[in-house]
Amino acid sequence: MKARHALAGFAVVTLIAILLSDMTARRPDPWLTLAAMGRGIITPDFSDFTGLATATGLTLAFAFCGVGLGATVGLILAPIYARVRVLCVSVRAVHELFWALLLLNITGISPITGVLAIALPYSGIFAKVFAEYLEEADPAAEAALPRGLPATIRLIWVRIPQCLPQMQTYTLYRLECGLRSSAVLGFVGLPTLGFELESTFRQGLYGEATAVLLIFLALILPMRRWVIWRLVPFYLLASIMALSLFKSPPMGAGALMRFLNDIIPAPIRTGADWSSWLDKVFVQQAWPGAMDTLVLSQIALAGAALLAAIAFPAIVPRVAGRVGAVIGHGVLVVLRSIPEYMLAFVFVQILGASMLPAILALALHNGAIIAHLAGRQATGVDLRPDAPRGLTLWAWELFPRMSGTFWALCLYRWEIILRESAIMGLLGIATLGFYIQTGVQELRLDRVIALLLVSILLTFIIDQISRSLRRRMQLGGALRVEATRGRS
Amino acid sequence: MQTLLSLQDRSLGWGDHMVLPNLSISVSQGERIAVLGRSGVGKSTLLSALAAQQDGPRIALVPQDHGLVGSLSVFHNVWMGRLDDFGTARNLATLIWPRATQRAQVDAVLDRVGLTGLGRRPVAELSGGQRQRVALARALLRGGQIVLADEPVSAVDPAQGADLLRGIADRFETAIVVLHDAALARQFATRIIGLQAGGVAIDAAPDAISDADLAELYG
Repeated sequence: MKARHALAGFAVVTLIAILLSDMTARRPDPWLTLAAMGRGIITPDFSDFTGLATATGLTLAFAFCGVGLGATVGLILAPIYARVRVLCVSVRAVHELFWALLLLNITGISPITGVLAIALPYSGIFAKVFAEYLEEADPAAEAALPRGLPATIRLIWVRIPQCLPQMQTYTLYRLECGLRSSAVLGFVGLPTLGFELESTFRQGLYGEATAVLLIFLALILPMRRWVIWRLVPFYLLASIMALSLFKSPPMGAGALMRFLNDIIPAPIRTGADWSSWLDKVFVQQAWPGAMDTLVLSQIALAGAALLAAIAFPAIVPRVAGRVGAVIGHGVLVVLRSIPEYMLAFVFVQILGASMLPAILALALHNGAIIAHLAGRQATGVDLRPDAPRGLTLWAWELFPRMSGTFWALCLYRWEIILRESAIMGLLGIATLGFYIQTGVQELRLDRVIALLLVSILLTFIIDQISRSLRRRMQLGGALRVEATRGRS
Repeated sequence: MQTLLSLQDRSLGWGDHMVLPNLSISVSQGERIAVLGRSGVGKSTLLSALAAQQDGPRIALVPQDHGLVGSLSVFHNVWMGRLDDFGTARNLATLIWPRATQRAQVDAVLDRVGLTGLGRRPVAELSGGQRQRVALARALLRGGQIVLADEPVSAVDPAQGADLLRGIADRFETAIVVLHDAALARQFATRIIGLQAGGVAIDAAPDAISDADLAELYG
C-alpha cells in the first residue's frame, strides 16, 4: 500500500469524524476565565505549604512504588513473555485511571489502590519491552559459558546484566510516565497533585493551581538529574514509609466479595431481563461511547500529526538555529511533561465540556511527543556539507527522509490516543469513560466491566489496524518505538 | 596417547553454506595445535564443532568475539568460567557478594594476563586488547583438560602474545589455538593444521613444514 493512499483514507476518515464531532465552546465567556487564570499564573500561591508538600510527597511515593512493583513483575514475566502475552496485553489495555476506578471499590482510597493502578498496566508494558531486550541480547556471552548451566543462572548471570543499561534507561523513562500517572490519579480522589489541582481549580484559586503545576514541572523536568541509581533504594524506602503513614478511610468488611458479586451481570445475579440489560449496556452506552471515543481519537490523531509535522524541525538546530532549537526543545518538553488529562482538565475549565478541549489537549501532548522523537532522529540525519538550511532543509531534505519514521510514530501513538480518548469521558465528554464513571457512581459494576471489555476490544482492533498499516506501508524501520523510548 | 576430541567424516558449515565437507580430525592428549588459514575458511566453525561435543572432557573456551558482559565487572566475567562448578544458590550469592577467596583466585589469573588490579572495573570501560585478555583469564581460571581458543592474542603486541600463549601452555596440557601469525604458531605448537578452501591442506609438526608451505595457505 502506498503512503499516499493511506494518507488520503486518513484524511477522509478525519473529515467524517469532524462532521460527527461536537466542538462547541460551551462556556459563555472563556475570556473571563482566561483573564482570571492569567492573574493566577503571574501570582502563584504557595501558602498552603503542608497541603502542597503532602501531595508532592505522595505523588512521588505512588510513582516510585507503582513503577518499582511494575518493573519487578515485568522483569519476572519477561523471560516467559510468550506464555503470558495475552495477560500482559490485557492489563495494559486498561488505563491507570480505569484501574483506579475499579480498585476504589475493593481497597478504597488507600495506598494499595494507587500503587496497583500504576503497577498493573506498567507490569504488562515492562514485560513486553524487557522481553524484547532479552531476545536481542548478543548470544556470544551465553555461548562462552560452560555447558549445562541451568537456565536461571544463564539468565541472571549473563542475559539480564547484558540488558541492564537499556532496562535502566527504560525504567527511568517509565518513572517519568509514572509520575504523570500518579498525579492524574488525584482526579479520581487519591491525594496526589492532581487532587490539589482539581480542588483549587474548581474553587477558582488559580494562583494555588499554578503553584501545583509549577511543582509538578519542577519534579518532572529535571527528573534525569535527580533520579540517581544509587539513591533509588532510598527513594523506594522513603516512598513505602510515606505510603504506610498515609491514613486511609476504612473500607467495610467484605469489599472484595461484594465487588466480585457486583461484577456478575445483573440478569444472572437478580434474574432481570437480559434484553433490556443488553440494550442498556451495549446499545445505549457502549455504542455511542465507542463512536465518540473513535471520533475524538481520530481528530486528535490528525491534530497531533499536523502539529508534529510543523513542530519537529523546531528542535533541529540546522532548521531553527541554535537558540531556536533550545526554545523549541523547551516548549515541547513542557507540553509532553504535562499529562494530557491534566491539560484537558484545564481546557475544559476554560471552554466548557465538549470535544474541543480534549482534542486540543491530546493533539498538543501527543504532537509534542511525536515531534520530539522525530526531531531527535532528524538531528541525527547525515547531511551533505552544502545542504540547505532553515525551512528549505525541512521541506526538501528532512521531511521526505523522515516521512516513513513520522508515519510510524503517528501510528504508534494511535492506540495510546485511543486509550486516552476513552479516559476523557471522566471530564464529562461522552466517550466510553463517561459511561464507565456513571456505572461506578451508580454502583453498577457489571456494566462497568462490560464497558471496559468494549474499550479493551477497541484498543485491540486499533492496534491490529495500526500494525497491519505499518506492515503494508513498509514502515518496519521504526516499529519498535516503545523499546527505544527514554534513550536521548 | 588418549584421544580427547575427534570428528569423523563430518560436514561443517553455517546456514546453507558448507565450508568444510567430510572432515575427519582427532586431538590427542598433550598436543598443542595451531590452526592457520585465511579468514572465512572455517577455522572458527571447526572450533565450534569440537566444542559442541557432548559428554567430552572439560573444555575451556576463548571465543573470537570474547563473549563478555559489558555491564558486569572484570571479576564477574572471569568467574563465569567456573559457574558450572557450583549450585544455583551459590552462583546467585557470588553475583551479589563475591567472597575474598574468590576474588583472590581471579586476581591470580588477572596477574598472569597483565590486568592486575582491574577486577572491579566494568568490562564496558576496557579497551579491545584488555577485553581479549579478560576472555583469556576466564579460560585460565576455568582450567580443564583442553582449551579451544579462537585468535586469543590478536589484539596484543607480538611479545605479549607470545607470553600469553606460554600462559595457555602452562595451564593446559592440550590446546587448540587459532592464530594468524605463523611465527607465533611455530613457537607455540607441537602440531600445525592449515585449512584451505574445502579442507585440511597441512597437518604436521612445525619442523616438517616450510615457510613456503605456510605462505601458500594465504596465497
